[in-house]
Amino acid sequence: MTTDLDQLESQSIYILREAYNRIDRLALLWSIGKDSNVLLWLCRKAFFGRVPFPVVQLDTAMELPEVYEFRDMATREWDLDLRVEMCPPEEEMDQTLPPLTRAAARKTEGLKNLLRKGNYQGIFVGIRRDEQATRAKERVFSPRSLDGDWDVKDQPAEFWDHFKTRFDEGTHVRIHPLLHWTEMDIWRYSKREEIPIVPLYFARDGKRYRSLGEKNITFPVDSTAGTIDEIIAELAVTRVPERAGRAMDNEAEDSFERLRSVGYM
Amino acid sequence: MVGTNTNKDLNGQLRIVIVGHVDHGKSTLIGRLLNDTGSLPDGKVEQVHEMSRKRGMPFEWAFVMDALQAERDQGITIDTTQIHFKTAQRPYVIIDAPGHTEFLKNMVTGASQADAALLVIDAAEGALEQSRRHAFLLHLLGVRQVAVAVNKMDRVEYGEARFKAVSAEIRDYLASLGVGVDTIIPIAARHGDNIVGRSPNMSWYKGPTVVQALDAFRPQAPLTEQPLRFPVQDVYKPNDSRILAGRIESGRLRVGDTLRFAPTDATAKVVSIEAWNHPGPVLSAAAGQSIGITLDKRIFAERGHIAHLEESPPHVTSRLSVRLFWLVSEPLVVGKSYTLKIATAEHRVTVEAITNVLNIDDLSTGEAPSVRRNEIAEVVLRARAPIAIDLVGDLPRTGRGVLIDGHDVVGGCVAIDVEAADANKPVANLHAVSHAVTAEERADANGHGGGILWLTGLSGAGKSTLAMALERVLFDRGWQVFVLDGDGVRQGLNAGLGFSAEDRSENIRRVAEASKLFADAGMVVIASLISPLKADRERARAIGGDRFHEVFVSADLATCESRDPKGLYKRARAGEIAEFTGVSAPYEAPESAELTLDTGKLGQTEALGQLVDYVDRAFGQAGRKRNRL
Repeated sequence: MTTDLDQLESQSIYILREAYNRIDRLALLWSIGKDSNVLLWLCRKAFFGRVPFPVVQLDTAMELPEVYEFRDMATREWDLDLRVEMCPPEEEMDQTLPPLTRAAARKTEGLKNLLRKGNYQGIFVGIRRDEQATRAKERVFSPRSLDGDWDVKDQPAEFWDHFKTRFDEGTHVRIHPLLHWTEMDIWRYSKREEIPIVPLYFARDGKRYRSLGEKNITFPVDSTAGTIDEIIAELAVTRVPERAGRAMDNEAEDSFERLRSVGYM
Repeated sequence: MVGTNTNKDLNGQLRIVIVGHVDHGKSTLIGRLLNDTGSLPDGKVEQVHEMSRKRGMPFEWAFVMDALQAERDQGITIDTTQIHFKTAQRPYVIIDAPGHTEFLKNMVTGASQADAALLVIDAAEGALEQSRRHAFLLHLLGVRQVAVAVNKMDRVEYGEARFKAVSAEIRDYLASLGVGVDTIIPIAARHGDNIVGRSPNMSWYKGPTVVQALDAFRPQAPLTEQPLRFPVQDVYKPNDSRILAGRIESGRLRVGDTLRFAPTDATAKVVSIEAWNHPGPVLSAAAGQSIGITLDKRIFAERGHIAHLEESPPHVTSRLSVRLFWLVSEPLVVGKSYTLKIATAEHRVTVEAITNVLNIDDLSTGEAPSVRRNEIAEVVLRARAPIAIDLVGDLPRTGRGVLIDGHDVVGGCVAIDVEAADANKPVANLHAVSHAVTAEERADANGHGGGILWLTGLSGAGKSTLAMALERVLFDRGWQVFVLDGDGVRQGLNAGLGFSAEDRSENIRRVAEASKLFADAGMVVIASLISPLKADRERARAIGGDRFHEVFVSADLATCESRDPKGLYKRARAGEIAEFTGVSAPYEAPESAELTLDTGKLGQTEALGQLVDYVDRAFGQAGRKRNRL
């Protein structure tokens, strides 16, 4: 008897294996947060213990210290081929963007540099539909121009698990193996599989990070949840959106759409 | 009735797609549904107020769903989206599918993921074209549970007579598709009538509300009780083992089962089901699970082959009828070739005939020279190599597929009929001995290295059979590959050569030179020649350089003589052929061939499997990548 978590897992593994078979040069974006940790775990399930492509952290030097500690621990323990890509400074960003959105755009530029240098054809990203309204419109295999532009109004048809795996020169594809998961699923799966977790997600002094981002644009939310079980109980009743602590999302009506249309994750 | 949840897993969510004609109020219904069930996050209603105010509009529920600036500005849903909400019964994913005809591919994308559908129809307008098209597509996409909401009842004074007329119209239409519909609900989404609470404006209606109708749907269960279909997704080769990875589409698979693979007919026994971070060994797996298995034999099995149990095979055919929907502006026409992808298998197919195109209004059919965007039609496809497929009515997941043109999915189709394989025609790749591949077909670009596979061995050792089977396998993968057969070359390139020692040697030299040109052109050339003398083969190696790979096909003389496919041994023994290798002339076996295949001991599929493995290592980028695992 399979459970709903088994089904989510199997679907993600299917997506990972499709990408691995069809796309030549792959890398996985690792934010060190709860979602991309689950994604790495699923890779190890799909490929029997190994993560057979490079794992990339887009670094702004603005992550919290616990995040860097976790990165180094997991890289060692899980035998990851880690590449750290330093993102360009905020001064080089599009200055018409609102200030917080501008700070977030650094990662977009870091990603573009990575794509240029690594000549990657496919990038795994651990985003989910339930996080944010424009992410809800994503395809599992989402083609991008070389600049990373997302043509949201003309996305490929995607049905019966037949994904777009053929591309013109100069394009790449974002692959989203967790698109169908919810925040609740991530926590229930992390608990079942005993996946290590950055301690910042657990409440200290009445606050916890519900979504991890750079320290200048991410804030902890009120919470007393100190264990996974308590987080699951909290999520069952909360009406606060997951990304409430991510300042750039809510700066303007379309700030996140603008970020994503030019290549943000 | 409010359904009792028979799904043992209380966390299991149900996926509902909302479809219907543009502007009949799908997004509004969803916005209202989310709000009235208390599923909107804090701040969302205020956000929507602000978006509406900025555009000088009254409060617009659709803005809850329409996330794109352009969608809000134009007041239409462009792309499909998904949002989560909960009733007291269970969690849901609501899939909003655009109703505008221009965005049909987005509707298909959304609807294909659903367990059940809610079809929204404007009470004043009735079932317009897109409502009908969507209903038909739901059927094709395999969504079998449908409820109907007749919306905007406030615009028809909440009148029962109008509701009954619209209900009868859509009920008849759905019935003619073979879709039974139990529930038709009159609603006014903008005001919340019959969404969560019962409407005081329509006391004549006694049926379920929208939420009650949703709660009565059942999750789509995996097809665990149907015949086994396990399409191979990839083959991993960690530490000298060989794992066939894939997802079981239907049925069950157990350790110890004997699997048969379509369309090659290779068979082997399941030795293990591999798993990582799993407590204890896995002994069985069922539909829906992504697994990896190891087999007792190294047979040739690769991506696209479908494992099944002996007693319940899929159809293997080269000609099939499909019902299809077309998604792109360039029409489907007779004579054009596409790639048909079923599960993980890709096949080149040519449109042989367009049987009919459907009139979506009255479901009548007519002839047409092409199938245009958004049309539904029945067409006949012919494949170049046998396809393993089920009829959609038997096994939907291996009975449907997509058509790909260039880089894009251009349509979807379900198999409704197949032509039985001709018993006289070889079913599998393995017996093909003539070229089925034209020069034109070879033009597609690919991702592999060029080189020479030099198959040497006695007459009857199986060189030609292996060479042709390998050519077929590599070509079907999209590789540039060609067989240079010893006999064939003598009829053309080397027609002037006889059978003296010098001429035999020259024959081999010319084949080596020709092979080198193929390799230079980026192709894999398979040279199949007895080439009995070591010195001749060494010269061929010198010509080919490091792209030369010697494969010794090594059945012993007795075996070859017992096969004697061309009757040559018999003639040689009778003295009719002078200096016949193995009988009256020596065969100098290679001492350091890159690969040796003893076809006296190995079955055909095993020999081919080892040869394909070798080719992957020697020429394939993907093969090299997978060996790192």
